[in-house]
Amino acid sequence: MRRSGRAVAALLALTLPFWLANPYVLHVVIMAGIFGVLALSLNLLLGYTGQLSLGHAAFFGIGAYTSALLTLRLEWSFWVALPAAATAAGLAGWCIGRLALKLRGAYFVLVTISFAGVVSLVSINWMDLTNGPLGLPGVPPPELGPWSLRTKRAYYYLVLAAVAASSLACKRLVGSRIGRAFVALRENESLAESVGVDVTHYLVLAAVVSAGLAGMAGSLYAHYTRFVSPEVFLFTYTVTMVIMVVAGGKGTLAGPLVGAGLFTALPEALRAVTSWQWQMLAYGVLLVLLVFFLPRGIVPALTAVRRRS
Amino acid sequence: MLAVRDVAVRFGGVAALDGVSFEVRPGTITSVIGPNGAGKTTAFNTITGYLRPTRGEVTYDGARLTGLRPSAIARRGIVRTFQRTSVFPALSVVDNVRVGLHLSGTAGLLEVLLGRRRLRDEETRLARQADEIVEFVGLRHRRAEIASELPYGEQRLVELGVALAAGPRVLLLDEPGAGMSAPEKGVVSGLIRRIRDQGATVLLVEHDMRMVMGISDTVIVLNGGRVIAEGAPAAIQAHPDVIRAYLGSASA
Repeated sequence: MRRSGRAVAALLALTLPFWLANPYVLHVVIMAGIFGVLALSLNLLLGYTGQLSLGHAAFFGIGAYTSALLTLRLEWSFWVALPAAATAAGLAGWCIGRLALKLRGAYFVLVTISFAGVVSLVSINWMDLTNGPLGLPGVPPPELGPWSLRTKRAYYYLVLAAVAASSLACKRLVGSRIGRAFVALRENESLAESVGVDVTHYLVLAAVVSAGLAGMAGSLYAHYTRFVSPEVFLFTYTVTMVIMVVAGGKGTLAGPLVGAGLFTALPEALRAVTSWQWQMLAYGVLLVLLVFFLPRGIVPALTAVRRRS
Repeated sequence: MLAVRDVAVRFGGVAALDGVSFEVRPGTITSVIGPNGAGKTTAFNTITGYLRPTRGEVTYDGARLTGLRPSAIARRGIVRTFQRTSVFPALSVVDNVRVGLHLSGTAGLLEVLLGRRRLRDEETRLARQADEIVEFVGLRHRRAEIASELPYGEQRLVELGVALAAGPRVLLLDEPGAGMSAPEKGVVSGLIRRIRDQGATVLLVEHDMRMVMGISDTVIVLNGGRVIAEGAPAAIQAHPDVIRAYLGSASA
């Protein structure tokens, strides 16, 4: 039953651009995919190691800028710039992980917020490199052999592949001794240490992988919108990611993707039916209701229902 | 052999341990007893790296443990449990034990991400080992239940299973019988004996004198941060300083 469900979902995902002709809707789906990768990345830290990073937009932005600069200034291929963006963000994650070694909870949150603030200031003020607030226009679309992934339809498949690869990576991590070490760090740190889990090592590892995934999402974003500006560091991006993870179900594999889909589509759907003020109000009310009725998130609630039936 | 040499721990002006030395013979059950505040748990924390002594050192087979992180000490085979129940609350019993098996696994990040076939064999082996340990501590009927939802006594067994999973050569148990009923204590005593018989050394802190005298090969008595007596259970029970220490603390 579950296998056939999965096959149907895969078939739907693979054929989607053919029956979903509306380019605007396809755009929303692509953005949901990019946010899906971001939410998966944040979930590794927040859901599994239990550490809240409120600077996740920094890793996203570092990936976007790295990829944009490498392709614009050095004319590197997108296919090299993408892993380079993930690596650059991963390095930043390593720095944060090392810095935050002894910090947990609120202090970890503060370090990540400050880090995002600093990176954002750099992007605004280092005119020679980043072109400051004007941003970097003209980021080239990826080329695949003779084809340019300029169309939404082609880009959809690129993002789909990225979502699939990220999900697989998260699934493998979580099912391994590494994922168990992450969870042990969340559940009971001193007990984890007592059985030989080097807690600091795994915290740094989680930060690196998480930041690397966010950097990859940043690169995908840069080559999709073809424009990068300091706006990629906006705190709202981080907050959106947190909402997606928490509402979808932190510490689950499907939760972040469900959250990303819902909270990318929702503002768009609301925009279609009502004015801006009412949009924000409706968004807020829905969020409060979700947290109130499904405190552990949508996916855990669905799992519980299925188990009962 | 685990050796504690002239260890002192000061918290501000208070000496929790004041020049403690003892050795734990391999393959024995050694108990540390003493009135509240005698420094028993401090000694455990110092041995396992949760506390740094102000003076002195702990060695295992001649190698210095003092200064190492708890996880590094666990890697050398010295594994502890905690005085207050300490499990991974949201995980099932068997998943608790699987975390404990961390050191038995070898999978690294790249291997995991690439999904190497060898890992599947390793996971199968770890799952089997976890089941064996759950069986050993007598929790097979609770295997899939969430640890924090178990009754207190069974949570302590989970904790024991987690520690055993780490493959201890020396197992330090901090009040394994605390809060347990008499029959449960009997079960734990039996398990501790079996652990010793399988070749591990057990060092335990325990208040229940019946349990201590029943299973220990050697008893070490701490009082006021010092060792005041050491010997076989029978000798300790007759030791005048020990009797005085206990009566003194009882009347205080």
